[in-house]
Parts: sequence; structure tokens; C-alpha cells
Amino acid sequence: MFPAAAIATVRLLERLGHRVEFPAGQTCCGQMHVNTGYLREALPLVRNHVENFSDFDAVVAPSGSCVGSVRHQHAMVARRAGDTTLAARAESVAARTFELSEFLVDVLGVDDVGAYYPHRVTYHPTCHSLRMLGVGDKPLRLLRNVRGLTLVELPQAESCCGFGGTFALKNADVSTAMLQDKMTNIATTGAEVCTAGDASCLMHIGGGLSRIGSGVRTVHLAEILAATP
Amino acid sequence: MTAVFLGQPGVGNLRGDQSFPAAARSAVADAQLRRNIGRATGTIRTKRLAAVAECDDWQQLRAAGSALKQDVLARLPELLEQLEANVQARGGQVHWARDGDEANRIVAELIRATGSDEVVKVKSMATQEIGLNEYLEAEGISPIETDLAELIVQLGHDKPSHILVPAIHRNRTEIRAIFEREMPGADALTDDPRVLAMAARAHLRRKFLSAKVAVSGANFGIAETGTLAVVESEGNGRMCLTLPETLITVMGIEKVIPRFTDLEVFMQLLPRSSTAERMNPYTSMWTGVHPGDGPQQFHLVLLDNGRTRVLADEVGRAALHCIRCSACLNVCPVYERTGGHAYGSVYPGPIGAILSPQLTGTTGHDDPNASLPYASSLCGACFDACPVLIDIPSILVHLRATQVDSERGGLPSGQDLAMKAAGWVMGSASRFGLAEKALGAGRLLAGGDHRISRLPWPASKWTDSRDIPEPPAETFRQRWARNRGGDR
Repeated sequence: MFPAAAIATVRLLERLGHRVEFPAGQTCCGQMHVNTGYLREALPLVRNHVENFSDFDAVVAPSGSCVGSVRHQHAMVARRAGDTTLAARAESVAARTFELSEFLVDVLGVDDVGAYYPHRVTYHPTCHSLRMLGVGDKPLRLLRNVRGLTLVELPQAESCCGFGGTFALKNADVSTAMLQDKMTNIATTGAEVCTAGDASCLMHIGGGLSRIGSGVRTVHLAEILAATP
Repeated sequence: MTAVFLGQPGVGNLRGDQSFPAAARSAVADAQLRRNIGRATGTIRTKRLAAVAECDDWQQLRAAGSALKQDVLARLPELLEQLEANVQARGGQVHWARDGDEANRIVAELIRATGSDEVVKVKSMATQEIGLNEYLEAEGISPIETDLAELIVQLGHDKPSHILVPAIHRNRTEIRAIFEREMPGADALTDDPRVLAMAARAHLRRKFLSAKVAVSGANFGIAETGTLAVVESEGNGRMCLTLPETLITVMGIEKVIPRFTDLEVFMQLLPRSSTAERMNPYTSMWTGVHPGDGPQQFHLVLLDNGRTRVLADEVGRAALHCIRCSACLNVCPVYERTGGHAYGSVYPGPIGAILSPQLTGTTGHDDPNASLPYASSLCGACFDACPVLIDIPSILVHLRATQVDSERGGLPSGQDLAMKAAGWVMGSASRFGLAEKALGAGRLLAGGDHRISRLPWPASKWTDSRDIPEPPAETFRQRWARNRGGDR
């Protein structure tokens, strides 16, 4: 659905001198199934993920939420199904799996990726990158070093945007109320762009901003970091 | 009266009559309620962060609290029998109640035996849980709540909406109106908190001095000594625990702790997490009865009411670690928008979403409590705030899985079919790739502005308030195959 974030991630990593592979057999991490209670249906997805990524030194995803699922759910899904071998392999893959900002700052030791993005930007720390992974201020450090970029602090930034996967449908009224407050906070920043490390949260926030005709765009963190003059 | 479900004894006020999404719909639409709760939770949230930041060893304290609770649950029968023996050895009497109905009957009989028809009450979640007030009223006994917020709820013929601040959904003006209407002699009040508190104080003082029986809950019951502890802010509890002749304490069985010294951990964790104070104003502890000093009759009612059922679930049982601080409510973005009543149970918020359905058990997806584990975006703020490290998001997911698994084999729901279909598609990269391509057909639904604004049910639940961007003309997978597919 959101090829731009993946294209930008490849461009950025290659610019930094790394060889990027996209294992063609990969599909989805299965988080939607797990979080909705369909752990049995998630098992083949976990197995497929582990088989596709076992041979790499590092696995990078431009999504805090997907990395959170790989790190905190995959082994649990395997164990619950009684497959301890798969659980061990899932743990091994998880230990080598990084969210983009973690990979750049912690693994590569880079907090200036040489990007240029002349816009007024506010950053929404998505729940899973913030609390499940604990990425802390890594995305902000990367953004502060982007040439031309004006970073504006988002009030109540750590409050959930209301997406929550199927929560957005099952509890649409509460989800929408959370989104409204998030959009009000974004509006007070005067930013042209709201960025985050998760396409799903951005789809939610962007869908709301588009509906109210706010004029603020949502752009994935990877796209900003990949941008050059 | 208590709700009775098929094949299940009365469990009290643990289940509403509407699913969470239905109840939340009207709560979200109530702008005054949202303002009241948003303001109150926002304030306490900031204060709690400051109170917690003062402790360098906060993470170690949380780990210690969690370890103590795990130990308690691992040897609950032994600790409860030790508590019973020590309470009895010091002149108290112990009663065991399987469920809410049994606890209510025991308490009513004990009160009747004293000849009283009025009792003063210390704020207590256990007695709210079993619906004791409603039961006593039906039996001709008047229960008088003496905690200020519980009094507001009681006089307003209302229900508590928060574990610690049961009247959090009321603002000053609403409280003034309730007092003027319900409190004899309280007229010409103002919205000033001090004026309102003084009116309640005068009203309650008369009750404290006349009541012969008090009913309380307990924050802790210490097995080693037979000591009970109540932690509070207003001093009303201290009055109830010391002035009447008879004291009846209803305690959930998971509130037992092994040693007196264990209080050291919990007395640091609880006040900072609940009221954001270093130390709460009143901590009352009592051990049995003492001639000439305090109540001369002491009864401890040990309440199960579903707790052993929760204990049997090795993932879900961590919900029994809860020390009722309500930090998870105050940080929860869902609770902040809906308030507590939408949860239908006296335990609202994230902890209620994992505790209520486990305590009652659920009878299928139409059971209102079966909707509670889904009343969360899994944002994780509750887990971060919990002083005893209850991983609420993981337990929510576990309960969702238990719910889904319990209905396997029957007629599949729309959701079952959707999840199975999605699982099948995502099970293979070629199917997934084809599905991604097929999504491209969604471009036909987009308008000239490249967005999709209206879809049929159930996707309308999204498009009622949010657009969907037009699907891309080319997926990443297609692009990768086109550019680099040849050599891979």
C-alpha cells in the first residue's frame, strides 16, 4: 500500500553503502492476526517470516510496529503452538531485526544521514516504536540533522493516534476521538508535514487530516531521511 | 440488585448490559464528560511522572512488587490459612465467601446480629465489586459511604467511574448540585472545593459518631501477623476503623502478602502511582481486637468471586497482581475518552479490561465482557505505568486469543472468515503479491483527489471519519522485480 517508505529505505541504506536484499518470499509479520486473537492463523506467517530472514546479518523494517511484533510476538506464537524449534529460530531473527532509526543510530552509529528536506515538520512517536521498542529520541536526533528541516515539537506527542489495527474498526468512535485530539495537536504546531516511523499510524493520521482538509501532509520518516537536494 | 447469569452465581457489579463499543459511543459524544475526565487524568498523569522520577530505584521497586505478587499467587492457599490462623489468634473471626452473593449474605447477617440498621463504609473496591450497598439496602440496612468521592457517587444515585477517584466524571458544579439536593441542611453552597468538603465533613461527622458498625475493604492482609491495612487520603477511613464497636472487612483473597516487611515495597509503589504522593496521609493497620481500644468485634470476609478462576490461567493470572492504584486508567487514551462507565464494571480502564472478563468468565461473543479485551489500541501506556509490571497489552492479546479459540468449530463469523482469508493470502508470497496487485483496482474507487472517502460496511467504520489514500499504481514488490528481479 505504501511503496514510498520501502523505496526510501532502500535508497537511504544504499546511499550509506550497504547492500540491500528484498527476500521475495516475504509477506506479512502477522501482527494483525495476533492482535485480533488469531494466533493459530498467525503461525504460518511467523514460519514464513523466519524462513525468509534467517540468513541475513541484519533485518531492517521502516516500521516500529512490525519490528515490535517480530521481537515480542513471534516466539510467543510459536511457543503457544508447541513449536519450540521455530520459537528459538524466531528469537534469533528477532535479535537481528531493527526498526530503521534503531539500525541507523545503534548499529551503524550514524545520526546525520546527509538528508535535505526544506519543510516545517512535526514528529509523532508511534506507540510501538516508543514503548515496545524504546527507540527514545533516535528519530528526533536523525531529524535534527536534516538540512533545511524545521522541527516543531508536537504537544502530547506520546498519546496514541487511535489506530490500533482492528481497534480502528471495532471501536471506531473512540478511535476517531483519539484521532481528533491528535489532529488538533498537529494543527497547533503549524507544521506542513507530520512524520512518523510507521506507515499504519500515518495512514490513520493522514486519513483524518485529508478528511478535514487540513493541508498537513503525512510523510514517512524514511522518505525524509532519503531526501537529497 | 446483583446480576445473575446462567449457571453462574451472582458476581455483582462486574458486567454491564452493553458491549464496550456501544457504551463508549454515548460516552464519547458527551463533551462535558470528556472535558471532566481529560482535565482530571491530565493533571494526575503529570504529577505521577514527577513522583516516580524522584525514585532512582523505581524499576527495582516495580520488579520487587511483581516478584512478591508472583510469590503470593504461587502459594495462595498456604498464605490465606496462615492469615486466618493469625487473625483468629488475635481475637478476630474469619469467613470465607465463594462469590459475591455469599459475601453479601455473610456481611448482612453479621450486621443484623449487632442490631444495627446503619453502617459507615470505608472506600472499598471489593464491596463495590459484589454490590454490597445494593444488597444491604434491599435488606433494610443503610450503608453510608464516607469517602468524599464515594459519597458524591452515592448521593448522586450514580456508579463509580474510576478505581481511586470514583466521581472523576463529575465537576464542582455538578457536585454542588448533588449536595444541595441530597444532603440535609446543605444549602447556599458554592463551587469552592473547600466549601463542598466542609459540607461533606459536617454531614459525615454525625454519621461517624452514631454508627455502631463499619464495613471496610483492605489494601493488604499480612499473613505472618494477621494485620490488615487500609491506605487512604481523607481520614474518613481512620474514623470508621476506630470508632464503631464492630468492624467487618471484605478482602479479595489476592490481597494477602507474606510478611510485614513486604509493606515496605508496596507503600512506596502505591501512593506514588495512585495519588502521585510520596506518602499517603493515612495508613491504618489493625491486628485482631484490643480491649478498650477500637472495635471489639472484628470480622474478616475473604472473597474469591472468580479469583481462583483467574489464578488457573497462567498468562491471565498476573491481573491478580493489581494493587488498585489506577495509574493505568489515568494514562489510558481510551479511558480518557470514554470514562469508566463504558466498561460496565466497577473495574474500568486497562486493568478492568483484563480483570472483569476473567473474574466473570464470558459466555460467548455477545457477552458484554467479551468486548472488553478489544477496548484498547494496545498502545502500551498502561504497562509503562503499572507499579507491579502487569503486561496488560500481552494479557489483552491473550484474552482475545482465548475468546477466538473458544468459538472455533462453530459457525465462523465475518471476522473469522476475513482473518482466515487474510492468513491464506499472506501464507504465500505469490498469493500476497497477487492480492497487492488486486488492491490496485481500488484506484477505481478513488476520486479526482486520489483518495477514497466512502466504502461499504464494515470498511465504512473507517471511512466514516477517515479517508484512504488511492492504492499505488505499482507495489514495491512489482518495482523491485522490475528493477532488480533478474539477478535474484
